[in-house]
Amino acid sequence: MAKAEQPALAGPEKAELDAAFEQLYRDHLRDVYSYSYYRVGNHHDAEDLTEQAFLQAYRHFERARRESNGRPLRPWLIRIAHNLASNYHRDRARRPQSALEHADPIAAPHPTERVVEGRAELKHVMESLQELPDDRREALIMRFALGMDNREIARALGRTDGATKVLIHRAIKQLEKEMGADE
Amino acid sequence: MSEREPSQADVEKLLRSALRPIEPPEKLPDRVEETLTAVTEAAATELSAWAEELSDSELASLRDPRNWVRPAAAAAAGGVAGGALLLFEMRRRRRPGGASALARELRSRLP
Repeated sequence: MAKAEQPALAGPEKAELDAAFEQLYRDHLRDVYSYSYYRVGNHHDAEDLTEQAFLQAYRHFERARRESNGRPLRPWLIRIAHNLASNYHRDRARRPQSALEHADPIAAPHPTERVVEGRAELKHVMESLQELPDDRREALIMRFALGMDNREIARALGRTDGATKVLIHRAIKQLEKEMGADE
Repeated sequence: MSEREPSQADVEKLLRSALRPIEPPEKLPDRVEETLTAVTEAAATELSAWAEELSDSELASLRDPRNWVRPAAAAAAGGVAGGALLLFEMRRRRRPGGASALARELRSRLP
């Protein structure tokens, strides 16, 4: 990252911008990777998405920083990963699937099945999580895997704080029901 | 699992346990840094080749990072960002005439 350059800027400005981007990258690599991993379900694609997310972030970093008015950039970064993951799923949905993919869920296990391996209770919550609508599940990933607060999640999802609070409340309520119904 | 319906607190506790942060693979930071370096070096090379030939307005437009990194970002859109970007850089280096030839070619496509 030390060699990363923004050639259109003057020396001191460029160095300052590069340093800021490097800090953002170091602070949030795990966040972006975690979010990508929970969205796509495997390390290989999560790595690709993480790399693409940071490339896009670098491309727009100067403007994002200028327009953030000093607010943290994590929601913006996660929003990039969120959009890339949505594109990933849309592209996969368009692609014809083989019969094997339809018939054998073990061929593409959800990552959390490995994460919570051997713990039935946690498997149960993850299976129930899969039953939630996408936006509810994504909000819960941001809240619990990344530790984002309502305001950060709202910015990442492009919603109001109030709508986000309701979204998360409903997600947890639905999860309670799903888990209760399965018992 | 108990027979009672789990409370909100139970569910939140389970979610905290299940949705743990995932540590990126050790190789990932190197991969991302190499890609960013390849992209920025390619852009810097092209910019230096163009600098003497471009008008003030063209130079001004290049100050917007959305312009100078666009070719590389477009190559990344296919889901193979690292490979594609490095390939982009390698192809650029292999091209006869090097950066100047590429700059002329790209410049000929400008409106």
